[in-house]
Amino acid sequence: MDDLYRDFILEHYKRPRNFGELDPHDLDAHEYNPLCGDELGIQIRLADGRIEDLRFNGHGCAISQAAASIASEELIGMPADEAAALDADWMLELLGIDISATRRKCALLSLKVLRHALTGEGTWPVGAAD
Amino acid sequence: MASVSAELDVRADFPILRRELDGKRLVYLDSSSTSQKPEQVLAALDDYYRNHNANIHRGVYPLAQEADALFEGARERIAAFTGGRPRTTIFTRNVTDAINLVAYSWARTNLAGGDAVLITEMEHHSNIVPWQLATQATGAALRYLDVDDAGMLSLEQLDAELARGDIRLVAVTHVSNVLGTINPVEEIVRRAHAAGALVLIDGAQAVPQMAVDVNGIGADFYAWTGHKALGPTGVGVLHADASLLEAMPPFLAGGDMIASVTRERSSWNELPWKFEAGTSMIAQAIGLGAAVDYLATLGMDRVRMHERELTAYALERLTELPGIRTFGPPSADDRGGVVSFALEGIHPHDVAELLGRENVCVRASHHCAQPLMAKLGVAATARASFGPYNVREDVDALVAAITKAQAVFA
Repeated sequence: MDDLYRDFILEHYKRPRNFGELDPHDLDAHEYNPLCGDELGIQIRLADGRIEDLRFNGHGCAISQAAASIASEELIGMPADEAAALDADWMLELLGIDISATRRKCALLSLKVLRHALTGEGTWPVGAAD
Repeated sequence: MASVSAELDVRADFPILRRELDGKRLVYLDSSSTSQKPEQVLAALDDYYRNHNANIHRGVYPLAQEADALFEGARERIAAFTGGRPRTTIFTRNVTDAINLVAYSWARTNLAGGDAVLITEMEHHSNIVPWQLATQATGAALRYLDVDDAGMLSLEQLDAELARGDIRLVAVTHVSNVLGTINPVEEIVRRAHAAGALVLIDGAQAVPQMAVDVNGIGADFYAWTGHKALGPTGVGVLHADASLLEAMPPFLAGGDMIASVTRERSSWNELPWKFEAGTSMIAQAIGLGAAVDYLATLGMDRVRMHERELTAYALERLTELPGIRTFGPPSADDRGGVVSFALEGIHPHDVAELLGRENVCVRASHHCAQPLMAKLGVAATARASFGPYNVREDVDALVAAITKAQAVFA
């Protein structure tokens, strides 16, 4: 059994949840992973301060795509201010796999683009280890 | 037709190749990024620091004279290796540094509105971004030659561009770091010069794997780097035309590049030192001297034949795999020792990660060539590239590791 490429990661990569376009939407953003040129966009619809719905779009590796897919299921329904404050540990625990330092940005790209959409600033999330 | 095998096996000269990962031998296929170093280079670095370390160019004591002789001796052999002359062979940090030297010292004092710089879609960012900045700073235009579906440039398009009459500089790579394409640089220089344009060639991928004669090519500027040619990091080379260098202002200012300094102004040291401000990369230049000695002993024609055979074998084996797309010229005759590829349904990052577990080292990235990636319609590729120390078994290991990666994603 591979540590990184577990079945649920590959499953989310091949059939990502909440990918595509969201029309209409209130917020959107776009980010790049400078390591490989991967890109990820997000469109968010808000209602009563919560993320009512969202879609990711773009292309990337199994880790970045699966992370976005898995995160999307948690993010829908979450208060926007809570979502904007999510840190790297939240994402890494959600994935539950060992991520090497070089692949960390792959795993965190979806959280970065989410922050960009919600706060206007796309900063890399940090965690307890940073 | 039977051909004499050009196969080299110099693995024993490269200590790092003895490293294993979980009992799997190191299969290093990332020489386009940086090459491994032979024992002879490591010994030269060690010998310099243990026995000859002193600053160069000013010391009169014997140790300093030894260091000076080693450093300038390396310059002479490095210049001879590529057909250049010591006086016009400038040490830089790398190719990026060399191109920036030209982009600052030559371009910013010679370009103006109405002029143009012509580059190509297959350039590394190091031969794109300096020209974006230099043309923005001077009001000149920046134009590109296309790469066709076979990964080649068009000389007809070059002629059409030159006929517009505004091109002052053509900056082109000798060998593409992504496609492997070997460009017809002599012909490009001939046509550009006939149209009154200068030529800069990025030889980063060419010098490590084929015989290069900068004098024969005739480019005004030819840049390459040591660490891809079995030498240490931190030393690159710019060969340039003497009269251009004489006319150009210095790039970096400071120690060692001056003839005299008063409170108000300075005059410049002679070539090549006018362009080598500050204490040089002494050990690295000496190490690169040992690297070119090593390559000269192997013979660059033999290195080229060896890598051509490996590339042909890799293309043959890789194209047998399902769901693979390879990039670049179809014939190994037209390309250097690099094969970029994409696997259906597996991102290059994941390819490189899974191959890494088999101790097969490939690069997965945009290879600092994002305009080319856009042209190819991909964000990134995986890339296997060869050095003189690679053997056919390395290609077999690559193919086996790809098959294993495909099984994970099946």
